[in-house]
Amino acid sequence: MANKILAILEQREGSLKKVSYEVASVASKLAKELNLEVEAVVVGNDVNDLNNISKYGIQKIIHLKNSEFSNYTSSGYTEAISNYSKEVNAVCLIVGNTSLGNDLAPRLAVKLNSGCITDCVNLQVESGEVIATRPIYAGKAFTKVKLSSVVKVFTIRPNVFKAELYENGTSNIEIKGISSPNLKSKVVSFKKSEGKLDVAEADIIVSGGRGMKGPENFNLIESLADSLGAAVGASRAVVDAGWRPHREQVGQTGKTVSPSLYVACGISGAIQHLAGMSTSKYIVAINKDKDAPIFSVADYGIAGDLFEILPVLTEEIKKIRS
Amino acid sequence: MKIAVCVSHVPDTATRIKIGADRKTIDPTGVTYIINPYDEFAVEEALKTKEKIGGDSIVYAISVGGDTNKESIRKALAMGVDEGILLKDDSIRDSFGIAHALADEIKSLGCEIAFFGKQSVDFDNSITGQVTAELLGYNCVPVVVDFKLEGSKITAEREIEGGREVVETELPAIITTQKGLNEPRYASLKGIMASKKKTIAEKAAAQSPNHSEIIDMNLPTSKQPGRILGTDSSAVAELVKLLREEAKVI
Repeated sequence: MANKILAILEQREGSLKKVSYEVASVASKLAKELNLEVEAVVVGNDVNDLNNISKYGIQKIIHLKNSEFSNYTSSGYTEAISNYSKEVNAVCLIVGNTSLGNDLAPRLAVKLNSGCITDCVNLQVESGEVIATRPIYAGKAFTKVKLSSVVKVFTIRPNVFKAELYENGTSNIEIKGISSPNLKSKVVSFKKSEGKLDVAEADIIVSGGRGMKGPENFNLIESLADSLGAAVGASRAVVDAGWRPHREQVGQTGKTVSPSLYVACGISGAIQHLAGMSTSKYIVAINKDKDAPIFSVADYGIAGDLFEILPVLTEEIKKIRS
Repeated sequence: MKIAVCVSHVPDTATRIKIGADRKTIDPTGVTYIINPYDEFAVEEALKTKEKIGGDSIVYAISVGGDTNKESIRKALAMGVDEGILLKDDSIRDSFGIAHALADEIKSLGCEIAFFGKQSVDFDNSITGQVTAELLGYNCVPVVVDFKLEGSKITAEREIEGGREVVETELPAIITTQKGLNEPRYASLKGIMASKKKTIAEKAAAQSPNHSEIIDMNLPTSKQPGRILGTDSSAVAELVKLLREEAKVI
């Protein structure tokens, strides 16, 4: 029997996160290239959508189930997955680089006596070895890295790998009940933040910087974000000034993001900010200073007064969206 | 209680990265090194924890690396940390190599709690705290923005996508700190003077093989500068058209 590669799926409140499909797709592609057998593993209580996974190239799905697993428990999930992984002699695990994945993956690595490479933006097989590409210095540089351990754990950055659809296969879901899970550390509740969307997960981000002149003017950013279905982001300057909460900060010491569209308003483009958003697929800059560094990474720019431009842009987007 | 805070020594975030001739390290010429920004939140939380518990609590700042790491240890001492320890190793270690050395020291000191920055802003692996905790068999809550310790019970809020998770666990534990947890104190002049007099203990870092190997390092391909479409709202129509028809993102 061939060795196994496991796609570690992530569920929240019983629904699979989008990154799970990317994880499944990456694992099934690597399985073909490395001649491994692929399985998907999910830890949870009731989990929907598991049948969808077969569309991404994985037929066999293992559901490690316990009523205590509806919420994340780092100790419980680590134990359940590492035990299963040892049982089937898995040699490679692919995990999404989310808050949960970044907590879980290194713990699994220790239990499996393996190394762990996080936040991969490319995984390539060269002479039978997996070579990972990942950003360092918040994206100011990239490294190619490989693991020397027998078992290998990789986390993949969400939104970067394409979830490729395969021919419809039939899913074979196997439920394994986990008795007396390790609950030394567990999530007891979740406090949802006020913002509608999180910058780490959004496909479009509208960010404001010091050029907004004050926190009261961020309604312009929020209106544009609403019209686009986008998340609101912020530069470090405005977060440090207390205009916006830290969770919206984009850049080094904030979040590194790769949305399809990033709209920077009144952001000059300090090197720390550029590092965190320059891998966005398309960048729009609106800034009155035509020499601002943000224009060097922007695809499209308007070098003018954002207080005049933003309301018109929001109206225009609303028109085409209605 | 014995409290550890683990600090790393990293290039200032304003650094423009240049790749070294070996293509496996960065060129250190002209680079200013600072204490990892997230570690300042860890130092602050360690000090607050000591102040809260009182008694004969002691805070150790531990760093793995070469002699220059003493600058960041000294910064922690200036903020109020009691003792500094350098686990000396001039070779390059990955997160696992660093975690092994830290785990070994935390264990031999008998620290029941250790604070780490949630990531070092050089390699951004964001795993050293979790790995150290697993090696020690400690509980661990990463990316913490709110921390409470009552007796041996920990209630911590950690930042995740779209909100905060409230996590309950117990000592012994490792907490990794996120911006927003606290406001790191400034080192007072007195603190800076006192830190200069303190000796930083030097020990050989516990041996541990790396699990990963850097093959290459490169800079991102620089983008073609884009188009400036205009200087006022008359450019909006064209912008929207381009986003729809050329970029196809809206």
